[in-house]
Amino acid sequence: MTIRTLRDYGQHYRPRMACLKNVEVFVVEMQDPKSGVKGADQKLNVTIIPHVINGQDVLAWIVTKMKVTTEEAQAFGTMLVAYGYIYPLQNHRKLVLVPDSTLYRFQTPYFWPVQKWPAEDIDYAIYLARRNIRKKGMLEPYEQQHYDNLHKWMNPKWDFIVMQATEQYKANKERKKPDRVVLDCQERAYWIVHRPPRRTHSAMDYGLDRLIDPNAEEVLTFDVVRRTNIFLTQALMRSAVKSSVSLTAFVKFVTTHHNHDPFLTTPVPSNPWITDSDEFWQLNSRSVDIPTKLSVERWVLSFWELISDPRGRVDFKLFLKKEHSAENMAFYEAAEEMRWGAASAIPEKSQFIFNTFLKPGAPRWINIDGRTMGLTVKGLVVPHRYVLDAAQTHIFLLMKKDTFYRYLKSPVHKDMQKRALVPAPHVFTDAQLEANVRNRNPGISPILQWQQEEEEKAAAAVAARPIDVKAMVATNKLDRK
Amino acid sequence: MCDQTFLAITFGPCDSCSENRPLMNLYIKTEPINYCSLCMEIMACQGLASGETLKSLKAESETLRKKLEEERKKLHDVELEKVAEKAEALGELNMKTRRTLKGHGNKVLCMDWCKDKRRIVSSSQEHAVTMPTTWVMACAYAPSGCAIACGGLDNKCSVYPLSLDKDENLAAKKKSVAMHTNYLSGCTFTNSDMQILTSSGDGTSALWDVESGQLLQSFHGHSADVLTLDLAPSETGNTFVSGGSDKKANVWDLRSGQNVQSFDTHDSDINCVKYYPSGDAFASASDDSTCRLFDLRADREVSIYSKDSIMFGAASVDFSLSGRLLFAGYNDYTINVWDVLKGTRVAILFGHENRVSSLRVSPDGTAFCSGSWDNTLRVRQEGRGVGRELKQGGTTLYG
Repeated sequence: MTIRTLRDYGQHYRPRMACLKNVEVFVVEMQDPKSGVKGADQKLNVTIIPHVINGQDVLAWIVTKMKVTTEEAQAFGTMLVAYGYIYPLQNHRKLVLVPDSTLYRFQTPYFWPVQKWPAEDIDYAIYLARRNIRKKGMLEPYEQQHYDNLHKWMNPKWDFIVMQATEQYKANKERKKPDRVVLDCQERAYWIVHRPPRRTHSAMDYGLDRLIDPNAEEVLTFDVVRRTNIFLTQALMRSAVKSSVSLTAFVKFVTTHHNHDPFLTTPVPSNPWITDSDEFWQLNSRSVDIPTKLSVERWVLSFWELISDPRGRVDFKLFLKKEHSAENMAFYEAAEEMRWGAASAIPEKSQFIFNTFLKPGAPRWINIDGRTMGLTVKGLVVPHRYVLDAAQTHIFLLMKKDTFYRYLKSPVHKDMQKRALVPAPHVFTDAQLEANVRNRNPGISPILQWQQEEEEKAAAAVAARPIDVKAMVATNKLDRK
Repeated sequence: MCDQTFLAITFGPCDSCSENRPLMNLYIKTEPINYCSLCMEIMACQGLASGETLKSLKAESETLRKKLEEERKKLHDVELEKVAEKAEALGELNMKTRRTLKGHGNKVLCMDWCKDKRRIVSSSQEHAVTMPTTWVMACAYAPSGCAIACGGLDNKCSVYPLSLDKDENLAAKKKSVAMHTNYLSGCTFTNSDMQILTSSGDGTSALWDVESGQLLQSFHGHSADVLTLDLAPSETGNTFVSGGSDKKANVWDLRSGQNVQSFDTHDSDINCVKYYPSGDAFASASDDSTCRLFDLRADREVSIYSKDSIMFGAASVDFSLSGRLLFAGYNDYTINVWDVLKGTRVAILFGHENRVSSLRVSPDGTAFCSGSWDNTLRVRQEGRGVGRELKQGGTTLYG
C-alpha cells in the first residue's frame, strides 16, 4: 500500500487534533515496507487477508523506535488503536492494543480521523442501512439502537438513505471476496471509533468546540494594528532583566525550598496521605503553640513566607507588639481587606481606616512620608478600592526591609527557633496503619474554622481599640479612693 | 519582584479625559502617558490620520516587533540547562495513588483544593440538581472555605455558600455573579471571598464583585477563546495570566485592565497556565503536546518540556511546592512529571482510563489530585518507604 505525502493540515480540520499530525507521520513510518512492522497474510474464515500484524510486533516496534518502556509503548499503542489508525480483526469492539498474538491491521488513510472529519450521521445511516440489507435485519444490539435513533430523526431523508444503501450494496457485490472482506473490516472499524457503543468512550470525543475559529485569518483592521502598536511600544519601555539573573533566582528558589517540598523530602512526622495520620496538619496549624522547626526555617526565607503562614503572622504580630509598631501590620491587613473586599463596604472601611490610622492624632497613626500621606488623604475624599495602594506599599516595604530583619535578630524569634519542635518520624505497624484508616475524618469544617477566626478577629479589634478616658471617668472606673 | 505594576500610578486623573479612573501606563514614542482604558480605545479607533495607511501601521508594527526581539536577545545570555547544572539531580520518584474518588456519574471537568488541604471541589458533565446546564467547566473553592464558585455553558459564574448541614439544598442559596456572552472556561477567587476572576469563550476575562455582581474590570486582548487563567501568588498580587486558543498567554494588570506582557510561542491552543510558586514565571500546557516555562522578568520562554513519544495534547499543569517538579496531565490518559530545571521527564504515571482533564497540587504540597474523563479523581503522593496503597471511595467530594 503506498501512502502519498501527507498534506500539512496542522489545524485546518479540527483545532484540537493538531497533535494527530505527528501521530500520522509515525503511523506512516510504521507501515514502511522495509523498516516498519512486518505484516503477513492471514487466513481468516476461508479468505486470506493481506498485511496482518500482531500486537506483540507492534509493541516491540514502538519500544525500539521511540526508546521507551513497555508500559509507555503499551499506552501509546492503545491510543493508536483508540484513534482508529490500527484496528483489531477479531474482537473488533475492544479498542486496546494487546501485546500478544492478537491480529491487527492498519487502517487505510481514507478512514483516518482527520481525513473524513466530522463523521456525518447521514453516512452512518447509509452504512447501517447497507449492513441491515446484508445481514438481513440482524444488526448488533448497539448498532440497532443507533439505527432506530437515526431512523427516528432522519425520517424525511430515509428514502434517499435506503436508495444509496442498495446502490452501494449492489456495487459491493461486484467486488472480489477478499477485497470485500477487507473493506468491510475497515469500514466497521471506522464506525466503531466514531460511533462507539453506549457506555464506552470514543477517543474522538474532544469536548466542546471553540467559539472562535482559531484557523480563521484574523482580520487586521487598523484599530487592531494600532492596539498591537500600543502594546509593543509599552513592552519596549518595560525594563527586562538578564536571563542569568532571573534563572539563577529560580535555581535559588528551588534549592531553598527543597526541604519544604513534600514530594522531594518526606515530611515529618509523616505525610497524612500515606499514613492517614493528620499530625502533620495539626502541627502546622494556625493555633498551635509551638511550631515545627521546618516552619520556622521557612519563615526566615522571606518576609512574604513569614506572613503567608498564619502561624508565622501570629509570631510576627507578637514581635511588633513588643516593638510598639503593631499599627503597621494592622494597617496592612485593613488595606488588604479593603482591596479584596466587597465594593459596598469600601466607603465604610475607608472611613474607619482614616479615623484609626491616618488622621492626625489618630490612635494608631502610621508613620509614612508626607507626600504619600497627602496623596492618600486626598484620595480618600472619593474612596475607591485602590486608594490605599501607595500607603500600603510603603508600609509593606518598610516591614519587609527593616522590621523583618530586626525580627530575625530579635529574642522572640531566636527563642522560637530554640523551642521549635522536630517531630520524630512516624513508624507505624500494619495494624496501626489500619487503625488510622478507620479513624480517618475530614477534620474541622472550614466553615467552623472561619467562624472561629472571625470571632477572634472581632475580639482582637475590641481589645485594640484605644481606651476612651472620658468614658471611663464617666463610669467612675478610674476613681481611686 | 517581577511585576513592576505596583510601582506605577494606577489610579488618578486620566491625561486625556481628566476623570478619576484606573490608569494604563502607555507610551507614545517613549513619552509616558496615563490613559484610562476608554481613552486608550478611542485613541486606537481614531480614523486614519493623513499619511497613515493600514500598510504603514503594519510596517510600524513589524519594526517595533523586530526592535523588541533585538532588545530581548541582548538580555538572553544563558540557557536554563546551563544554570541548572548546579542543581543536584532528583532521585527516583515513586508515586502511588492514595485515594480514588468515585462519586461522579460523568466526566470530571475541573477541580480545586480547599485551603484546609483536605477538601476538594470538582465539577463534571452531568445532570446534577444544582446546575441547569451539563458542562460545568470551571469550579473554585473560596479562600475561607465557605463557598464555591462554578460555571460553564450557562455563561455565568455562580457562587454557592456552603453550610454545615449536609442535607441543605445548595441550589436555593445560589448567587449568579458573572455574566459573559459565551461559555465560562475558568474561574478563581482572588485573595478573599468577595471577588471572582473569570475567563470566557467570548475572548475576555473579567473581575467581579460577588456581593453586588458588579463588573469591576474587564480584560480584552485575546483574539479567540480564553481557556484558562491563574492569579499571581506574589506579594503584591496585582497580576494574572490567561491563556487562549489564539496560542497566546497574556499577563494582565488587575487594576487597570492593561495587557502588560504577551507570549505567543505555542503552536496550538493553550489549555492551562499556572504560576511558578515564586510568582516570577509561569508554565503553560498546550494542544501541541508541549509544556513551556515562561520567565516574566526576562520576558521570554525559557524551557520546553516535550518528548517525541508524547504526541497528544497536554490538558493541565501544576507545580510542586518548591517549583522543582511540574505535573502535567495529557489527553493520552497519562500524567508526566517533569524536572523544571533540567527539562527532563522524571516519571510517567498511568491509571486513568480517559483523558486527564485537570490536575492540582494541594495547598501545602503534600499530594496532587488528578481528575479525568473516566469519572474518577485520583490523589497521588510520593511513596518512599512507609505506607500502603489504599484505594477507597472518598467522602471528601463536593459538587
